[in-house]
Formats: sequence, structure tokens, C-alpha cells
Amino acid sequence: MIAELGHYALVLALVLAVAQATVPLIGLRSGDPALLGVAKPAALVQFAFVTLSFAALTACYVQSDFSVLNVAENSHSTMPLIYKITSVWGNHEGSMLLWVLILALFGALLALLGRNVPAALHAAVLSMQAIIAIAFYLFILLTSNPFARLAQAPVEGRDLNPLLQDIGLAIHPPLLYVGYVGFSVSFSFAAAALLTGRIDAAWARWVRPWTLIAWIFLTLGISMGSYWAYYELGWGGWWFWDPVENASLMPWLAGTALLHSALVMEKREALKVWTILLAILTFSLSLIGTFLVRSGVLTSVHSFATDPARGVFILMILVLFIGGSLTLFAWRAPMLRQGGLFAPVSREGSLVFNNLFLTTACATVFVGTLYPLALEALTGAKISVGAPFFNMTFGPLMVPLLIAVPFGPLLAWKRGDLLGVAQRLLTALAAAVLAMAVTFALQGRPVLAPLGIGLAVFVIVGAAIDIVERIGLFRLPVAIAWRRAVGLPRSAWGTAVAHVGLGVMLLGVVGESQWNIERITAMKTGDVATVGRYEIVFDGLDQRQGSNYRELLVRFTVREGGVPIATLTPSKRAFTSREMSTTEAALMRHGVGQLYVSLGDLEPDGRVAVRAYDKPLVLLIWIGTLVMSVGGGLSLSDRRLRVGAPRPSKARLAAQPAE
Amino acid sequence: MRTLSLVVVAVLMLGLAAPAVAVQPDEMLPDPTMEQRARDLSQHLRCLVCQNQSIDDSDAGLARDLRLLVRERLKEGDSDSEVIDFLVKRYGEFVLLKPRFSWHTALLWAAPAAVLLAGVAGLVVALRRRRVGAPVTATAAPPLSDEEKRKLAELTKG
Repeated sequence: MIAELGHYALVLALVLAVAQATVPLIGLRSGDPALLGVAKPAALVQFAFVTLSFAALTACYVQSDFSVLNVAENSHSTMPLIYKITSVWGNHEGSMLLWVLILALFGALLALLGRNVPAALHAAVLSMQAIIAIAFYLFILLTSNPFARLAQAPVEGRDLNPLLQDIGLAIHPPLLYVGYVGFSVSFSFAAAALLTGRIDAAWARWVRPWTLIAWIFLTLGISMGSYWAYYELGWGGWWFWDPVENASLMPWLAGTALLHSALVMEKREALKVWTILLAILTFSLSLIGTFLVRSGVLTSVHSFATDPARGVFILMILVLFIGGSLTLFAWRAPMLRQGGLFAPVSREGSLVFNNLFLTTACATVFVGTLYPLALEALTGAKISVGAPFFNMTFGPLMVPLLIAVPFGPLLAWKRGDLLGVAQRLLTALAAAVLAMAVTFALQGRPVLAPLGIGLAVFVIVGAAIDIVERIGLFRLPVAIAWRRAVGLPRSAWGTAVAHVGLGVMLLGVVGESQWNIERITAMKTGDVATVGRYEIVFDGLDQRQGSNYRELLVRFTVREGGVPIATLTPSKRAFTSREMSTTEAALMRHGVGQLYVSLGDLEPDGRVAVRAYDKPLVLLIWIGTLVMSVGGGLSLSDRRLRVGAPRPSKARLAAQPAE
Repeated sequence: MRTLSLVVVAVLMLGLAAPAVAVQPDEMLPDPTMEQRARDLSQHLRCLVCQNQSIDDSDAGLARDLRLLVRERLKEGDSDSEVIDFLVKRYGEFVLLKPRFSWHTALLWAAPAAVLLAGVAGLVVALRRRRVGAPVTATAAPPLSDEEKRKLAELTKG
């Protein structure tokens, strides 16, 4: 009964979405405000119905109702409650339901928070959101129904894939999806603006907070996914250039470019056409990501052809949205008026530079990910494009971008003074050179490491210089500098913090890739292995019965300079229901580095294969991305951008320095 | 098989590759420089049955066979490129994670530079057109809509 209720609620949500998509558009033509007004309540009730539907599926999982096919295939009665709940989206059908839940949530938020958006634009945006929703409701209802029943309910479920039985499944997909789906708002705003024909600085100000929200969540989602893979897969890799990762990286790169170009549009009314195009491309890449992952086309072109129902449906969605929006763009964009002029060397120019490199990087990932598929489909030739290709192409593209990062915020709008900015960045350059020298003196060998560390320090110190210059620290009395720091727009702080985060992440990447120490060896009780400056002592084996798995644990003592400093117990878990096993790495933090120990196979002679790594600076990768997200959050809290903040207070306005 | 592919998709959607245990101690060569060469080579070779995973990262049986094969060839005295040639002859270009430059990968390798150059060219054209184009209309704001006029009237009234 609960499953049927959920199914029915989803159908009702579809019906509401159809109303929300069509009625406001008719209102837009006839100019009837009553018709425009339909959009808001429709969006709210639609969200209520999708929530009901999602709650129904969750209830089926919590009760282990194995008469529901989806539950029977992905759950098990002995699983802990948290995994029963996360299993809801640990499979294709459920994850699509989460997708539409988040889409409906964004629709509802747009309806509630869009008070200061002109009524016509607001209704058009909600109508666009509903059109996207219709496509995905139909996709779920026609090809991926999570509520399908089994005629004969099995006694026990098939269990969730053991790799997914982890807290990571509770965090990573929801964050990632909020990111993916959040870009639909920018997309809807772009399409609505093209339809209504009015695009100005105010438009950019309405879109930027939504883009920022999506960007923050996508950043966190990708980063948490990376950390999950790092500790779960057992060999300490954190980025694999796997097509699925690329699918999430592409919208991130395009979304980052969009954030920067929307800034130009908001401040200077320039780059309008490009910003609109980026908004369309960013969400299109989110859709392509969904397509790549959901259609099975990645595994092989052939698996796509053998079970084409879903793939063809998603392909149709892609063609409809990407083709449709680009056609709309080609038709309406030439009518857009040119915005403010600027010299090549200016704040605008630096943001164009940023966009050029981010877009090229995004295109590189796109081509690298899809080239093998296209080549095989066209010629039948099979090639692989993997990590070595991406490291060779993506890496060099990032270098000029990173060098340019500190310059951007220091350049003036309209016409900047490159030489003057370079002089102001001398401190950063000096710090970078010093860092390079120190790194080289300490490590010597890999030449890449000092260069990478130097670049990271340049980015970090450069971002700090921006703030120091703006508040007049060291130049003005401390009290005044403090007042200026408090009065500085939050978006300026956001920029600086996000750029610092980027530099911090780069430090982590360089540290992990250049100074990673690996030790792979077979050990038995009493054996000692050296990993960098640590020794690990194999103390003994243990067995334990978990709720739905058996676990083999090894106790290690970690010694530094002969002194025991920690114990680590990595384990291997065997899940009987799927006959799979997982490795649970044990981690010891030292500073911002980690000692990483995981278990391999049990050898015939009773020894255990042990993989141990010392990864200095590795945590900075994720700390950096967290700092970037905090920067995004600071920017979001800026009064001028805050969602639904209609009236600026006069006192605060007066306190802001002129930019 | 269908369930398996579902699992694979579920795992992949979350950005996780298959459980990887990768290189085992018993595979490793006694000579550390040769072992390092084997590791470096392994990172460029695809585990044919996995999704874009290198044989260095994969725990599939085939990956292990390939790792042993690479070490076998190195022990026979093959150079790095001879090992690669041997594997390509056996398994085709598919085994290389970094495709060789050839007529059918030309577009792939040229793509980053081509996109960058196209971007620069587009910018130059846009900049030129702007200088020639009429800057007067550029700054003129579009006329107010009826709704905005009404809002403006409201604002100025109070």
C-alpha cells in the first residue's frame, strides 16, 4: 500500500509539473497575472508530493518490504538502519527519485525566495524548472519505477553492494545531486531570460546565489566522494580520472567559469551572451553526466545497445534540453545588447582569461571521456583514454590559470595596471621563491615538487595580499584596518578564502603525488615494516562477526623512532549475501598527513599482504576543497547576493567602501 | 549478469571503482629499479576487463596476469617500449591508457590546443568587432517594462 501511495504521489507530481510548465507560459503571452500566479503554488505542492513519494520508498526500505522489487534487490533485513535508509539512493531507480526530489526542492525554494524577481521572469523560470521535472518524472515512471512489486516476495533481500555500505553513501550522493540539480536553476534563468528577452545586471544578481549554492554543494560532493574512494578502495588513490568522476568534474569546471563570468555581468553588464551560454552548458554537462552514468554507455557501447530503453530515453532528454536551449540561444542571443567595454588588461579581462582556461580544461575532459565512445561507434576501433592522458593535458592547462589567480582580484575594472599589480604581488612571488628553495633543499629530487609548492604558495599569499591591500593592513592604523576588514563586502572575503582554498588543495595534491611513500609486503605476527619515518609492527590477527559480514582484523602498533605512538586495526570484511569483500583501511593522522594501512589477500602460508603508505600533506586536498566551499558560503552571505533579501539596510550600505 | 551490471552502475555512479587491492607482495620483483619500472609501466596499461582502471590499481585476475606478464618481459631484458609493443600486439591499442598519436587519435590529442586557440581567436575577433562597433548603444539600458514603471512609481511616491 505504501509503495502504491508513493507511486501515485509521483504521478500527481507529474500532473502538477505539467500545469506548472504550461499555464504560466500562456499567462506570459496573454499577460494575465492570475495565470502567472499558478507557478508558485504548483511548485510548492509538487515538492510536497515528491517528498511523499520519496518518504514512501524510504518507508519500504526501513520496513524491509521485499515485495517491492527495488528493496528486494538492494536491501537486507540485517543491515543497520542507516544503510537501509541510504540504500534508497544506492541504486538506479532510487537515485533518480532523489534527483527529482532535489529538483522539486529547488523549485519550491525558487517559488518561495523569488519575491524580488519580476513576476514574468519568475513565472518563466518556474515553468522551465517544471519542464525539466516533467522529463525526469516521465523517465522514472516509464523506465525506472522504484515502486514495482514482485508477485512473489522473497524472504530475504539481495543486500546492498558492500562497497556502498559506508557512511559515504549517506553524504556523497545527496551533496553531489544538490550540486548537479542546482545548476538547473541557472539553466532555467538563462532559458527564461532568452524567452522574455531581458538580461541585465539584475539578472546576474538573481542567478549568482543559486549558481553559488550549486557550486558549493558540487565542490563538497566531489571532494567527499574523493575522500570516500581514498579510504574505501584500499590503496590510497583519491582521483582516478574515471569517466564517472569526469562526469562530475565537467559541470564543476563549467560552473566555476559561470560563477566568474556572472560576476562580470553583474558588475559591468559585459559577457552577457557568454554567461547565458555557460549557464546552459553547465546544466547540459550535469545532464550528460547523468546520461553517461545512467545509460550504461560507459561500460561499453554494446551494453547500451542491448538494453536501450533507459539510454534512449535519457538521450532524448539530452537532445531536447541541450538542443532546444542551444536553438533558443542561437535565435535570441543576437538580440542581446552589448554591455560595458573593457581593456584586455582589466578585472574583466582576467575573468575572461579564467573562463578561457576553465572552458578549455572542461572541453579536454569532455573529449577525453567521450572520444573512445565516439571512435568505437564510428569506426569500431577500441582505444582507452585514462589517467596518463588527463595528467598530460589537464595539468598544463591549470598552470597558467593558477598563476593568474592572484592577479584577477587585484586588477581594476575596465582598465588595469598589470605592472602595478605585479609589483604588489612581489611579496607573494618572494614567498613562492622561498618555498621553492626550501622544498628543493629539503627534498631535492623531484623537480616538480618545488615548482608545485611554489605555485601553491603564490596563490595563497596572493589571495592574502588582496585582502591586506583592501583593508590597508600595515599601511593604516590597526583600528581602521579592522573597521575596513569588517566593512569589506563578504564577497571579497569569499573570493580570497576560495582562492586560498585552491592553493591549499594544490599543496595537498603536490604532496600526495610527489612524496607518497609506499610499502607493500606480506607480514605475519611479529613482523616489522618500515614506512617512511614510521615502523609498523604486526601484533596479531582477530576475527569478528558484524551485523551482516565477517571481519578479519589485524592489529598493528605504529612506532616512530622506536617509540609506540598509535595502534591501527585495518580489516577486511566478507559479505556473504553478495560474496564480496571490502577493505577497511586504518588511518593515522600526523599533522596534515596520514599513515595509511590496508590489508590485501591472506596468503597460503598464513601471511597477510599489507599495503602501507605515508602520505604527507594528503589531508590538505580535502581541507582545501572545504576552504573553497567556505569561501563560496561567505560570498553567498553577502547582502547583495543573499537569496530573497529585498531591502538593504542603510547603515550597512554606508559602511561598505567603494569598490 | 543483469544484477551484476546494476551493481556496477550503482558503484560507478558514486565514483567508486571496483574494490582494488592491486599489486600483491608475491608479484614484486627483487630488483627495486626493475620493480619501479614495472610499476610505472603498469600505470599506463589498462586492465582490459575493468572500467578505465590501470592494472596497477585493479584487483581483477586479468590485471594480476598482466602485471606478472610485464615483470616477465622485464626480466627477459625487454626495454619499456618493447614491453608496451608486446602488449599492444597482443591486446591492441585498447590496452594503453595513454593512446598513441595516430590518425584516429589526432583529434583527441589536438583537442586541448585546438579549443584554446579557437577561444583565443574568438576573443580577438570579439575585441576587434567591439572597437569598430557602435559603443553608444552598448551602454544604453533597455527601456523599462510596465511592471518596472509601476514599481518605480511606487518607490518614488513614498
